[in-house]
Amino acid sequence: MATAAYEPRIVAFFCNWCTYTASDLAGTARLAYEPNAPVIRVMCSGRVDPQFVLKALQEGADGVLIGGCHPGDCHYQEGNYKALRRFRLLKRVLTQFGVEDERVRLEWISASEGDRVQHVINEMTHQLRALGPFHQARS
Amino acid sequence: MAQKPKVAFYWCASCGGCEEAVVDLEENILKVVDAVDIVLWPVAMDFKKKDIEAMEDGSIAVAFINGAVRMSEQEEWVHLLRKKAQMVVAFGACAHLGGIPGLANLNTKQQVFDTCYRDVPSNDNQAKTVPGLDSTVDGHHLHLPVFWDTVKSLAQVIDVDYYLPGCAPPPDLIWGAINAILTGQLPPKGAVLSPNKACCDDCPRKDTKPDKIEISEIKRPATHLMDPELCFMAQGFICMGPATRSGCGNRCIEGNMPCRGCFGPMDDVYDQGAKFLSAFASILAPKDEAGIDKLLDQIPDPTGTFYRFSLPTSLLHRRKTGAPV
Repeated sequence: MATAAYEPRIVAFFCNWCTYTASDLAGTARLAYEPNAPVIRVMCSGRVDPQFVLKALQEGADGVLIGGCHPGDCHYQEGNYKALRRFRLLKRVLTQFGVEDERVRLEWISASEGDRVQHVINEMTHQLRALGPFHQARS
Repeated sequence: MAQKPKVAFYWCASCGGCEEAVVDLEENILKVVDAVDIVLWPVAMDFKKKDIEAMEDGSIAVAFINGAVRMSEQEEWVHLLRKKAQMVVAFGACAHLGGIPGLANLNTKQQVFDTCYRDVPSNDNQAKTVPGLDSTVDGHHLHLPVFWDTVKSLAQVIDVDYYLPGCAPPPDLIWGAINAILTGQLPPKGAVLSPNKACCDDCPRKDTKPDKIEISEIKRPATHLMDPELCFMAQGFICMGPATRSGCGNRCIEGNMPCRGCFGPMDDVYDQGAKFLSAFASILAPKDEAGIDKLLDQIPDPTGTFYRFSLPTSLLHRRKTGAPV
């Protein structure tokens, strides 16, 4: 039986106001990029519970991408700062869990940066393709 | 006289504190002994595995099992007890969540053995002897249980009916659970026998919590004095209260120590450590990456702190196998 080549699966959480709008823009501008990161729209990057990241990894994702508004631009004033603090702390925990740095990423992408969505998803897909699948021991 | 219900107590990877907790029932233990027939309790009474094996399936009314499961022998015992008992109660944090032994899931079996039998300075083991599975001494053959790479909670090995949380469960919860079992007044299967609300909800320091907390210095009990009345989070100490189930009677808080999370998460929380991380990170003061990282440097072991009791039952269960050290 032929085995399908490994393709990384990335779960992307994009905030409604900036990064999701940017990915919409990338679409209308017909920017082609890797199809490996289906997007889940959340109202704010501050809505991304660290449990979502872990749940995605546990359920078979190879990477998680969080996209939010640039510092100072949050629609809810503080949400992206909370996201940043959670992310920095979560990264430390993930390192202790042996999860490689490339697998979980936070990016600030404003509504006008469609090309940035293209670049980030391409780059992350290529990195994870090189890194290989995330196998977590399950009980 | 009607036959008294049969009760078994068993311990797996545990410290013995849960056994103490049973004795802490004080005079109530006499009522327990009056009401039930204890058929297994290795810490206190002499029964053998073959005694249990000889019993009919389902003839034990309830088995209270404490400790995490990390060896093949423990696995055999809990499967045996599951077969013989109508009801299994995971007793204490280790059986419920994996507990302190579960922190070994940040390492492998090899690392645990290297540390315990080779590297610890207090060891006197010049021959570098490490326990093996089989050995023969003077013609006598010895077979030891398999030590697993991964520590598991009880429910990850057998079907569990109820959970009694805590390190160790407090006497009033144990007494309440025993009464509920004896009178048949039990919640639906799978319930944790403790109120489903956060520790902060009945914390004696609740009123001292300011509306908004901003932490710009993370303090530790070992290096900072603790105010005996003020909310620990407001002081800058890591207190697991917001992400921990109540019912403990605030024993740590009354002793002027922040909550460490032994009661585990509330219902509907997948991962206690991540939930706490989320709450805690949101109240840190800095907004820039460098400032955040500098503050976070003050937490030497975030995983060991946030997952102190719940690592095996966390979403990722253990350190990624094969990950470089």
